[in-house]
Amino acid sequence: MTGQAHTGRPRRLLRNLSSKIASIPMMLTAVVIFLGGTTWTVVYSFTNSKLLPRANFVGLDQYERLWDAPRWIVSIQNLAIYGALTLVFSLVMGFVLAALMDQKIRFENTFRTIFLYPFALSFIVTGLVWQWILNPEFGVQSVVRALGWTSFTFDPLYNADIVIYGVLIAGLWQGTGLVMCLLLAGLRGIDEDIWKAARVDGIPMWKTYLFIIIPMMRPVFITTLVIIASGIVKVYDLVVAQTSGGPGIASEVPAKYVYDYMFQAQNLGQGFAASTMMLVTVAIIIVPWAYLEFGGRKRV
Amino acid sequence: MQKSVSIKDLSLSFGAVNVLENLNLDIGDGEFLVLLGSSGCGKSTLLNCIAGLLEPTGGQIFIKNKNVTWEEPKDRGIGMVFQSYALYPQMTVEKNLSFGLQVAKMPRPEIDKRIARAAEILQIGPLLKRKPSELSGGQRQRVAIGRALVRDVDVFLFDEPLSNLDAKLRSELRVEIKRLHQSLRNTMIYVTHDQIEALTLADRIAIMKSGVIQQLADPNTIYNAPRNMFVAGFIGSPSMNFLRGEIAGRDGHPVFVTNGVEFALDGYGASEALQPGRKVVLGVRPEHVAVNAEGAETHQATVDIEEPMGADNLLWLKHAGHTLSVRVGGARRFAPGTAVKLSFDMGLASLFDAGTEERI
Amino acid sequence: MSDSVALKSAPAAASKAEPWGAKPRRALSGRNIMLYGTLIVAALYYLLPLYVMIVTSLKGMPEIRLGNIFSPPLEITFEPWAKAWASACTGLNCDGLSRGFWNSVRITVPSTLISILVASVNGYALANWKFRGADIFFTILIVGAFIPYQVMIYPIVIVLREMGIYGTLTGLVIVHTIFGMPILTLLFRNYFSALPEELFKAARIDGAGFWQIYLRIMLPMSLPIFVVAMILQITGIWNDFLFGVVFTRPEVYPMTVQLNNIVNSVQGVKEYNVNMAATLLTGAVPLIVYFVSGRLFVRGIAAGAVKG
Repeated sequence: MTGQAHTGRPRRLLRNLSSKIASIPMMLTAVVIFLGGTTWTVVYSFTNSKLLPRANFVGLDQYERLWDAPRWIVSIQNLAIYGALTLVFSLVMGFVLAALMDQKIRFENTFRTIFLYPFALSFIVTGLVWQWILNPEFGVQSVVRALGWTSFTFDPLYNADIVIYGVLIAGLWQGTGLVMCLLLAGLRGIDEDIWKAARVDGIPMWKTYLFIIIPMMRPVFITTLVIIASGIVKVYDLVVAQTSGGPGIASEVPAKYVYDYMFQAQNLGQGFAASTMMLVTVAIIIVPWAYLEFGGRKRV
Repeated sequence: MQKSVSIKDLSLSFGAVNVLENLNLDIGDGEFLVLLGSSGCGKSTLLNCIAGLLEPTGGQIFIKNKNVTWEEPKDRGIGMVFQSYALYPQMTVEKNLSFGLQVAKMPRPEIDKRIARAAEILQIGPLLKRKPSELSGGQRQRVAIGRALVRDVDVFLFDEPLSNLDAKLRSELRVEIKRLHQSLRNTMIYVTHDQIEALTLADRIAIMKSGVIQQLADPNTIYNAPRNMFVAGFIGSPSMNFLRGEIAGRDGHPVFVTNGVEFALDGYGASEALQPGRKVVLGVRPEHVAVNAEGAETHQATVDIEEPMGADNLLWLKHAGHTLSVRVGGARRFAPGTAVKLSFDMGLASLFDAGTEERI
Repeated sequence: MSDSVALKSAPAAASKAEPWGAKPRRALSGRNIMLYGTLIVAALYYLLPLYVMIVTSLKGMPEIRLGNIFSPPLEITFEPWAKAWASACTGLNCDGLSRGFWNSVRITVPSTLISILVASVNGYALANWKFRGADIFFTILIVGAFIPYQVMIYPIVIVLREMGIYGTLTGLVIVHTIFGMPILTLLFRNYFSALPEELFKAARIDGAGFWQIYLRIMLPMSLPIFVVAMILQITGIWNDFLFGVVFTRPEVYPMTVQLNNIVNSVQGVKEYNVNMAATLLTGAVPLIVYFVSGRLFVRGIAAGAVKG
């Protein structure tokens, strides 16, 4: 038996070769684009690149200039306001709608189709529609004034102080359907017996939601939160379409700052520094979540 | 005995966990070997290694005297039957049977011949044009066996093939697998956690725990002379009664003492000398306890619970601080609280060292 | 037996001394009014913009200047639609959205097909043929899905420029394939992992290799997930703006970019009816996909939501 020709352990590299060949696009994307590209941008954010990237390192110059720029400060403030309000409103509205949808209602499919269709539309379309509806000459403001309330003023897109709320209305219209869908899936995932037990115990419905169901849905809420949050950081097309950053610089956002400096102002270094700041923002959101979601599981 | 499958020093670890450790096993030509154990004992892992679906970390596997450790599954001369049947859902039964042969580029007439033979043996001829979703569980498993059959292989591997079936079908197919083995005389390696399947089908049983074979023997030996307490407790339902105690000498004869009660060990065939004072465990199967028997050494006990099971009647007796399960004929009924006399058939009992848990 | 049934159903109806009476039906209970009232108000909020788009696009400019945006058109005209499609001006040229539409088709079709092909094979390799180190690449890929695109855009511009395809449709197709990869690979990997592993094992015993198992066993079993992936990609790529504006030249701009240029162009008189017709035309493709696909779309976005 041992005299037989030994087929030895084959070469490591050649085992599973088809699988490795098939995974080349994934490996290239992961290493060259995601890892390499990100590293490259972060490294070049410390240079004074203008029209073309040049490896002329100037330390934190670009970041100092960035945080001195009024436009960047406005962008960050807008992102903070837009982000915080989007989180709160889309979670509250999304959950209320999901809870209503979960009452064994009739026409559930019709309602879901209505609540979700804006999500199929692009931010460009969303921005343009709401630009039209909020147009003070013809839109909501003029309609209300025509009804007799002539002093009524609602012109967010032309008022620097409240323009970001105009963007918020459009953003919520586009995105709450998704939140509702995710939370509804979460509600449906809860054991029917929980509801039966609460009913037998005579607990009112709102208390059941508040003290039993919502705490049970923690993981769903966290996932939804992360999804909303990572979408907020990327917000760009909506602003471009709805306000072009105006009036003035009142509705600028970081993603637009990056694009404008990279491709319009020919100041790559600023663009790289601003995009690195976006990366840091995302990391602040993602790292604690990833730690809770995956780090915790390993300890068990 | 001619060896069909031979496993040498096989090890497999996932990360830091050793699933199999230096495992050796020789399986004879035409033998029906059952790998028996609870989930996670490594029995399925071992089978997957033999099939070539898992790469071992060390050791070798020989099939028909050929080292196949690094061969592809298809080149090993094996067929495999899975618990979930694993029939390709989009293909008809006939396609399911011919898929592997087509992949091997076998000429069509030969494929048809083999399918016809398998269909005849398994009586699945009328099902050939159907899709798996149109078959019952039992029919599906027959087709799955057919898929192994058409490959015309030396070794059949079964991975819990009956576990997804209900009790009645399971016992029917069990008989069919046994019949198949008797007519084909292939080597069969059969993984199960069901001791009835193991006892009824096997030429030899390998009982596994934590990746180690605990005992490899014919079903009768496994049942009546378990090598250690794990094997003794695993096989048999209800489980063997274990009484902890120690050896004492009485008039030159060794006796077993537990909670102040003595049992003579005259009928027991020990493999070594029974030194007084040794801590031991006495194991007695429920059917080897006699109730109210004439002329035997008897002890007082009380009936606690009675479980009539039709053919048998299961009693739970209170005796000297222990609860013993006892199997008596179905006609013998005892009311709870009844005082009875019990005696052990020492010739069929087992004695284990309390420390090593090995048979003495 | 019948006694116990009577006892069970009795308490609710007993007070009416009518033990076998049916459960009272109250279609207009206070709870239902609240419930459906809220839902209908919410539905109106969501439907309003669609309604405004449609009515505005069917009015003539004089009527828009006089009336309010919510009133239905007094006189229906399809001229704005014709103009939006064939002769609206972007500042560069005046041949309407049709150019952008066909550009978007030429971008979306190959991008969808290639990204799904690549990602499904990737997902299959990860689910069934995992090799050493595969998980490291996959983790980088998934983490990468959360990195803002802005961080990776410029290096990609450089790579595409070096390859000589910056500004072309080919370049944009590659970019869509790259950024579609994390979510699609995850989608396919999870789907293939959920298929019974024993099927894969059986196929290996039968001697089928990597590609044979993919084509003959996995593909026929995975049509639903391919449809979900297609919905996800068609709507996502059609709606894209950023990549279109960064990676293409004006003559190959996708529809979204062209739409934005038409509506937000500063020259000339604003023609709101044409703008809304153009907006509806651009939104039509994803809306049709959405209304046709129904539940599958929900599955797709639940899976694709990570894309953000």
